[in-house]
Amino acid sequence: MDAQTIFEKSQPGRLGVMPPLSDVPLPSQPPMWPSGMGRQEAPPLPELSELDVLRHFVGLSQKNYSVDTQFYPLGSCTMKYNPRLNERMAALPGFTQLHPLSDPQQAQGALELMYSLQEALGEITGMEAVTLQPAAGAHGELTALMVMAAYFRSRGEERHLVLVPDSSHGTNPASAALAGFQVVTLPSAANGLVDMLALESHLGPQVACLMLTNPSTLGHFETQIEEICELCHRHGALVYYDGANMNALLGLARPGDMGFDMVHLNLHKTFSTPHGGGGPGSGPVGARGPLVDFLPGPLVAKGERGYHFMTPSQSIGRVRTFWGNFGVLVKAWAYIRHLGAPGLKAASLHAILAANYLQELLKEAYDLPYPGRCMHEFVLSAHNLKAEKGIKALDVAKGLLERGFHAPTVYFPLIVEEALMIEPTETEDVETLEAFAQAMLEIARQETAEDLHQAPRHLPVSRLDEALAARRPVLKM
Amino acid sequence: MIDPQLKYTPEHEWVRLLEGGVAEVGITDFAQEQLGEIVFVDQLEEGKEVKKGDFLCTLESIKTVSDMYAPVSGRIIAINPAVCDGDPQFAPELINKAPYTEGWIARLVMSEPSQVDDLLDDSAYQKLIEAE
Repeated sequence: MDAQTIFEKSQPGRLGVMPPLSDVPLPSQPPMWPSGMGRQEAPPLPELSELDVLRHFVGLSQKNYSVDTQFYPLGSCTMKYNPRLNERMAALPGFTQLHPLSDPQQAQGALELMYSLQEALGEITGMEAVTLQPAAGAHGELTALMVMAAYFRSRGEERHLVLVPDSSHGTNPASAALAGFQVVTLPSAANGLVDMLALESHLGPQVACLMLTNPSTLGHFETQIEEICELCHRHGALVYYDGANMNALLGLARPGDMGFDMVHLNLHKTFSTPHGGGGPGSGPVGARGPLVDFLPGPLVAKGERGYHFMTPSQSIGRVRTFWGNFGVLVKAWAYIRHLGAPGLKAASLHAILAANYLQELLKEAYDLPYPGRCMHEFVLSAHNLKAEKGIKALDVAKGLLERGFHAPTVYFPLIVEEALMIEPTETEDVETLEAFAQAMLEIARQETAEDLHQAPRHLPVSRLDEALAARRPVLKM
Repeated sequence: MIDPQLKYTPEHEWVRLLEGGVAEVGITDFAQEQLGEIVFVDQLEEGKEVKKGDFLCTLESIKTVSDMYAPVSGRIIAINPAVCDGDPQFAPELINKAPYTEGWIARLVMSEPSQVDDLLDDSAYQKLIEAE
């Protein structure tokens, strides 16, 4: 791989442009900064021709792997196609040229978009109010937990425990700890769902909240979700919906109807805005009942004189500067309007169909530790392949890279040994799903792990020593 | 692989009795295999008093981060330099390569030496991992 940096490619005196000599006189006054702080020599900027720069960056972009190039079945990440219409809408000059400190009266279009998106996300999730401020999913979790903490404080209740299933996303316990709660891990039942007896035995006057992903990280719907929420509420605890897997439920079921009190959504997953280096995230948070009064401000409200910003009466304050990641909000709104309610429902149904089709194609060659119909994703295990031939989940992942596919999420969720978590999303056609299944089956049919240990051979970088990189990282060029 | 000279816990730790009431502790071959390649050991404090079952340290592998618990009560008097990041002898891979010898993690002066009697012997531990 051509691993030279643009600085290493620099040749003294080579230029892309020839700027004219400055005709601005040098300042006669002494500089405003302390003497000795000024730069004595020119900064060591790379010196290249325009063509060299172009080739450098085009070359880097061609080494990239993305949804725009190939299939990306990274479980829990919902790597769906990002429609180009979204980009066109977000690039409209009316949005891009708008100063964030404009008078709201002169930014009514932008406020209308935010208000409409708040309303739509509230309708999709069954929540009464939605804040668009949080900058990503984990930020949304933290925001919601801070809202819950403020709510319990206002009631004089001292609840400092947060329950988190052992199958949960790692962000759940991390967000709870950051918000000042103590985390209690809830063991899952044998079928991977919430164990009602374990839940009941952990609930009590100190428990603030149960954080739950539904469908779970195993891709299974919590069939007792209404009982779970009722049980928590009976003990005075709230129930939080981790929206990472909302792509399974659009137009089919609503967290609010199931009994959840707060939710976050990942616009960069479910609502087709770029992520994974492609753009910032956005993690709107919704709330019901008395929690609405504690949401961070400002929200957008509709009044007689148009749209305006308002802050709820007992708000925890701001969690983000200005108006959230506004460009992402535009893209998500474009997606919602583009598909409409029937289209969103069809997207979820197709995501579920694609996952079930792949699961059927692969469940014989790989272990399926939690069998049954899945929702939008499923989790295989390389446990038997490892025992029989020494083929680990990591080897399967590397073998897939060699065969032109992105690897699934591996070694997560933690309750599955040698886990391979696969989420195809609704935007892949049947030919792509079958080609991916073929590659997976070919890997499972290998006699030994030997060949896979050499993979990938044909990518810009071959197999990396991940352990060495973690043990003795070289944190400089 | 199980060493018949050692005592074990159901949490996959081992204990070797040294002279002077000192217990050397580490994780079993089964545990290192489950964790994968260990890259880091954290929060291990020399001089700290721990009770049996207390948090001892975290073990970070390329797959996951796990807590390790004290198999017996006592005071930590030595930490293997191979698990100390920044030490010239830092080589956490020894926990994977030689879990029962060079990959030991800490030594404790036992405060309740009789706790050793409650630990598992090699055959009992063998049965336990076969059941997993």
